[in-house]
Amino acid sequence: MDLELSAAERGFRDEARAWLAGNVPRVPLAPLDSERGFARHRAWERKLYEAGWAVVSWPVEYGGRGCSMVEWLLFEEEYHAAGAPARVGQNGTQLLAPTLFAHGTEEQRARVLPAMARGETVWAQAWSEPEAGSDLAALRSVAVRTAGGWLLSGQKTWSSRAAFADHAFGLFRSHPGEARPHRGLTYLMFPLDAAGVTVRPIARLDGLPAFAEIFLDEVFVPDADVVGEPGRGWQVAMDTAASERGLLLRSPGRFTAAARRLWALWRESGDPALGERVADALIRARAYRLYGYAPAGGGGAAAGGGAAGAGGAAVGGGAAAASLTKVFWSELDLALHETALELLGPSQEDCGDWAAGHTFALAGPLYAGTNEIQRDIIAERLLGLPKGRRG
Amino acid sequence: MRFSLDTEQREFGRTLARLLAASDAPAAARAWARGEYGPGRALCQRLGDAGVFALAVPEKHGGCGPLPVEIAVAFEELGHHAVPGPLVETVAAAILLGRLGGVGAAEEWLPRVSTGHALLSLAAPASDGYALDAETADAVVVAGETEVRLWRGACGAAGPEPADGNARACGVAGGQEPLDAVIGGGPGAGSSLDPVRRLSRPPRGGEPLAHGPAARAAVEEATLWAAFATAAQALGVGQALLDRSVEYARQRRQFGVAIGSFQAVKHRLADVLIGLEFARPLVYGAAVALAAAPERAAADVAAAKVAAGEAGYAAARAALQVHGAIGYTAEYDLSLWIGRARALRCAWGTPGECRRRVLTEPFHK
Repeated sequence: MDLELSAAERGFRDEARAWLAGNVPRVPLAPLDSERGFARHRAWERKLYEAGWAVVSWPVEYGGRGCSMVEWLLFEEEYHAAGAPARVGQNGTQLLAPTLFAHGTEEQRARVLPAMARGETVWAQAWSEPEAGSDLAALRSVAVRTAGGWLLSGQKTWSSRAAFADHAFGLFRSHPGEARPHRGLTYLMFPLDAAGVTVRPIARLDGLPAFAEIFLDEVFVPDADVVGEPGRGWQVAMDTAASERGLLLRSPGRFTAAARRLWALWRESGDPALGERVADALIRARAYRLYGYAPAGGGGAAAGGGAAGAGGAAVGGGAAAASLTKVFWSELDLALHETALELLGPSQEDCGDWAAGHTFALAGPLYAGTNEIQRDIIAERLLGLPKGRRG
Repeated sequence: MRFSLDTEQREFGRTLARLLAASDAPAAARAWARGEYGPGRALCQRLGDAGVFALAVPEKHGGCGPLPVEIAVAFEELGHHAVPGPLVETVAAAILLGRLGGVGAAEEWLPRVSTGHALLSLAAPASDGYALDAETADAVVVAGETEVRLWRGACGAAGPEPADGNARACGVAGGQEPLDAVIGGGPGAGSSLDPVRRLSRPPRGGEPLAHGPAARAAVEEATLWAAFATAAQALGVGQALLDRSVEYARQRRQFGVAIGSFQAVKHRLADVLIGLEFARPLVYGAAVALAAAPERAAADVAAAKVAAGEAGYAAARAALQVHGAIGYTAEYDLSLWIGRARALRCAWGTPGECRRRVLTEPFHK
């Protein structure tokens, strides 16, 4: 058991570090969720792509480097340590792309992924509906069969980045009348500028249009844009959700970097009363980092539970294990930023990064399935507690 | 990078789990609390046969250590099965004697520790001078800031008694009262919530083993290993508490349904699992750090200790809440783990001390 990097891994890390040192914008970009900021972030994605850093873990033929999990984790550590911009294409590169690798067709991958990698096509996730949030399977938007494809109608909401994004992927009821609500759903991709689509931005707490409602009125989608089997979209969606909840969307490197910045802030402004919380941030970020280094994204962690008796319940937990990660990082993110705001005191209202980070962190326990839903999944799927009515 | 146990290490854990499951460790713990050490000593002998203590003893003294990853595997199991005795202290004292090297005490004691024939206790600044189970240890290593001494135990059939007649001085028999007796109560009703743990402060004196910088360095390192083994043990204790709570919540019915179907119960237990799952990589991260360079492992060990100690204690709180009043009884075996979790949280480095460590010393990898 060791944490040694191979020569190749060290070389990769050093190359990433050097490139980032020379290329990360010195002045932070305008906020991601503003029209100007969105364009700037898109241009940054293009720059990353051209230098080969946009999607390091993807296979070479789609614009990646075929990196291992460890190399991806190293890249993320370097990326966040360098203070590089937020990733505008993340919902595509980290959520849809893994789904296409697992469930898509070769034609879909060849058509969708390179444009995604270059930042030309930015993707939004269209899952939630006004009456289907935590209870996602209650969704009502429909996909009606038509010649050569499907007609989408209904309303999606809380769709992050959709205000400025190009395409969306979502879940639609295509086979009504199934006995159970999560059957008869289809996973589809569609352009946000298609005929019949209306996007209405929603202002987040800080007023920025970070998400949007999407109204669909008989929007035609060809069969080529169905992901997986029609009527069997739920399992595909749950794989996407595992990416969203697990390491991929919010990598350990993000928290390692934030915890180190918090530590530096504490040493400067040094309120001894907050030392304990700063230490906890460092410890938890460390825990997440090491968890990531364990094979299979840490399920059962390093030990695999040391032994049969003390076995980590997450071993073999598959997608459900991602729920552990999601609760952990979303709560860590909030704790980190809350501590930073306390250290800053009244000036926090006038100071950008930490306050903006806190605004972003506030959404963490909500999106990708609320933390209450995650805890239900952990309890039922990992611990084996009986199902009960929610709410 | 290979941050996972290999096949042999996993098999070692499974072997210990089988051995302990067949040994009725809770009964041995109960007996231990009554001052009947026989079953516990016999269990420790079996653990010695299985190679647990050899993990802390250098090869030249008959062991195969120190092997921190295997020690973590073993201590998770020891915690999981509520094994009584100065287990952490035996490992840490063995590390200390091994580091001092060259002295007769290492040659005298380490081969016997390695085989499970001798249990040691350790008093050090980090334990506030307390020694665990001194009255049954075969020897007690007493470490100050810059000196190390050794008392031969009362119960141990250890080598010759020192000429000054102090052989029994650290045990009850020697007239030195154990701490719990000072505070009130006899065997099994001590000050620790864990009746299995009997603390006392060895008196001054004993055989001098070492002093000066070499002693200081050895004591610091032994303290680090004690914190590390305690962390792994706390993890196992927490896992046992979670397992038992889940089992209980599946069976116990109120309002016509299993209480484990209620979200309030589920979410509490889910949080326990999260705490344990994210403490475990810190414990094994500390193992890797100790294997690489103990002098650079302080922050890793401190992080592991605070995370595992808190996760274990949170598991105890949740277990108590899920079980209700039955969990608050001494008679119910759950109490063995609840008490242990509280004790381990502050043993060999309080959460506060560990957090201060993390703020002052960097992680090295």
